[in-house]
Amino acid sequence: MTSEVAGPAEAVAISPAADPGFLQRYGGTIEYILIPGAALVGALGVFGIFVALFGKSPLDLYFYMYQGAFGTWFSWQNTLTRAAPLILTALCTALPAQLGMVIIGGEGALLIGALASTSAALAMQWAPPLAVQLAMAAAGMIAGGVWIMLSGGLRQYRGVNETISSLLLVYIALAILNHLVEGLMRDPTSLNKPSTREIGAANMLGSIPGTDVHWGLLFGIVAAVASYILIYHTVFGFAARVAGGNIRAARIVGLGVGKLIMTICFLAGASAGLAGMVEVAAVQGRTNANLAAGYGFTGILVAFLARQNPLAVIPVAILLGGIGASGGLLQRRLGLPDASVQVLQGIIFVFVLASDALYGRIGFLKGKS
Amino acid sequence: MDFGRISRRHLLQGSAALTLGTAFGGRTAFAADTTIGFIYVGSRDDYGYNQAHAQGAAALKKMPGLKVVEEEKVPETDAVEKTMESMINLDGATLLFPTSFGYYSPHVIKMANKFPKIRFEHAGGLWTDKDPKNAGSYFGYIDEAQYISGIVAGYSTKSGKLGFVAAKPIPQVLRNINAFTLGAKLANPKATTQVIFTGDWSMPVKEAEATNSLIDQGVDVLTCHVDGPKTMVENAARRGAMVCGYHVNQSPLAPKAYLTGAEWNWEALYPKFVKMIAAGEAIPNFYRGGLKEEIVKVSPYGEAVSAEARKHADDIKAKLTAGTYTIFKGPIVDNKGKTVIGAGTERGQKDAELEKMDYLVEGVIGATS
Repeated sequence: MTSEVAGPAEAVAISPAADPGFLQRYGGTIEYILIPGAALVGALGVFGIFVALFGKSPLDLYFYMYQGAFGTWFSWQNTLTRAAPLILTALCTALPAQLGMVIIGGEGALLIGALASTSAALAMQWAPPLAVQLAMAAAGMIAGGVWIMLSGGLRQYRGVNETISSLLLVYIALAILNHLVEGLMRDPTSLNKPSTREIGAANMLGSIPGTDVHWGLLFGIVAAVASYILIYHTVFGFAARVAGGNIRAARIVGLGVGKLIMTICFLAGASAGLAGMVEVAAVQGRTNANLAAGYGFTGILVAFLARQNPLAVIPVAILLGGIGASGGLLQRRLGLPDASVQVLQGIIFVFVLASDALYGRIGFLKGKS
Repeated sequence: MDFGRISRRHLLQGSAALTLGTAFGGRTAFAADTTIGFIYVGSRDDYGYNQAHAQGAAALKKMPGLKVVEEEKVPETDAVEKTMESMINLDGATLLFPTSFGYYSPHVIKMANKFPKIRFEHAGGLWTDKDPKNAGSYFGYIDEAQYISGIVAGYSTKSGKLGFVAAKPIPQVLRNINAFTLGAKLANPKATTQVIFTGDWSMPVKEAEATNSLIDQGVDVLTCHVDGPKTMVENAARRGAMVCGYHVNQSPLAPKAYLTGAEWNWEALYPKFVKMIAAGEAIPNFYRGGLKEEIVKVSPYGEAVSAEARKHADDIKAKLTAGTYTIFKGPIVDNKGKTVIGAGTERGQKDAELEKMDYLVEGVIGATS
């Protein structure tokens, strides 16, 4: 990842005609928008052919996808609600990627974060709601952060592959969750659906005013923007990217690589832990097996599609949220099976990965030098 | 189809016309093109829990004037809230069947409060008088059908060892295991049931391992209580063991090995619900029943079932259907030697104590924790 990434708004503000060096300066940014965009269009085209093979009209398909995801105010809210947890879990993969680490265990941090925030809420039933919510957020973030630090520590100090360890930690997290929910933390009245006690209606996070979308969306956007600033506009972020580019060079220039790894892993896990807190405080109201809904795994997809750029995570999460939202309509109107949405996600993934080869090879974007 | 123009105004008009009284027992017949939404947690052709509901939906599709929309693989998160809202907002559904147990709290309750004119019918029997009146929850005493399976299994086993692949040690599952074992002991007082808990509702790999392990230990008749019995049925049949099915009729998967099975009878219940609504009758919010109420049924006997077994099973089935037979009749001792139902005590179908079942009866090899 290079430092020439700039916000899209900046690119629009400067007219190409007024600045002859425009392409030179912003060609990279345009590439980052144009290439994934083209990959998306290509993927939708292939998916249209796939659907046509099943005897359904691709035009109907695109129409329903648009309607289900963005066509009405309700559809927009549906999309944004689905996107909210994905932004946070995607950061769990995107942040360590700056250091060249592939962490795929966001699901585990989410579950542990949910457990910790539920425990905090249950222990603080006497406190005013705001204090409970803050304690939940803190507990969720710390627990999730420590969880991913385990992977970072294993990698840094024991040479264990962080991809494998973070994935295995997901299963451990799920086992811990099931063990506590079915044992120590079980609400005795939850007979056939083992769950913890409820955190209480007063302690629930509401919706963003005027919408149905819970506050998790805003938390995600804030976290993504903060991560972007941290990575691209601070000394710490620069050091992280140096270490990600060449870890030996980073050591030679005296960067504390161990500290960088642990900090970034903590922040990554804290994002996913916050997603777990939001799922408890805004959706489920308690912890049970429902929380293992796969947001952590979809987050990996979001991070890779966003090419690990924390800012790009936001639109990509909304895109995948939209695909999820329209998936229901595809089932109901076109009679397509649920798996068709996964087929589409898979096609998009392949197209975006394949389009990686195009960067720096599009002649007209290079500008004159 | 111009659902793009279904605005909040249209929706209000439509739902006002359609539900004026349907939810609260007024007098209105179903207008043409009433839309009913079905939501499944898994795949609707899973030869299990979800397929049983989909068969109920298929029965409704045959009724005139009804339109059925279906969505599968909807997780027990706010995704199901959005699916319900989407069916209401975009499809104009006025009656919803969210069929998974975990959909009820908090999701169905939340939506029922938000859409007071829409009727929600949830499978699980969870409604309490604190919940909205336009929500209902129904379930069946399927342990009655498991009891019949147990009788058939008791006659069919040569080793006297029966096997049970179960998801979680929760009351509903324990009740099925106990009923199956009590039934088997009618036929063969020395029969034992070895139970293996897989830990979750859909764990195909563990279910296959459990099946193999049971057969390795000499078990020759198996049944199960997991979401998709397909894995158990196919593996057991391949190993030469006999099976009793669950949820739906699995005999197409193993025509020779299939003895009988405990099935849901949603294809009888759902049309009944719709007719009740059309006739202006209120559906009780809490609706449960067994063989007598035609909410559960027993699969037709396979060719391997002896005449003696058929006669005994038919006899008990007739008594259960007449409502003159009690399965949980004292004295019943659990497998640790403790008397759980005293001599002279009869715990009938609707006895609330049975809903809290936390023991395995004598003859079951296994532990609840």
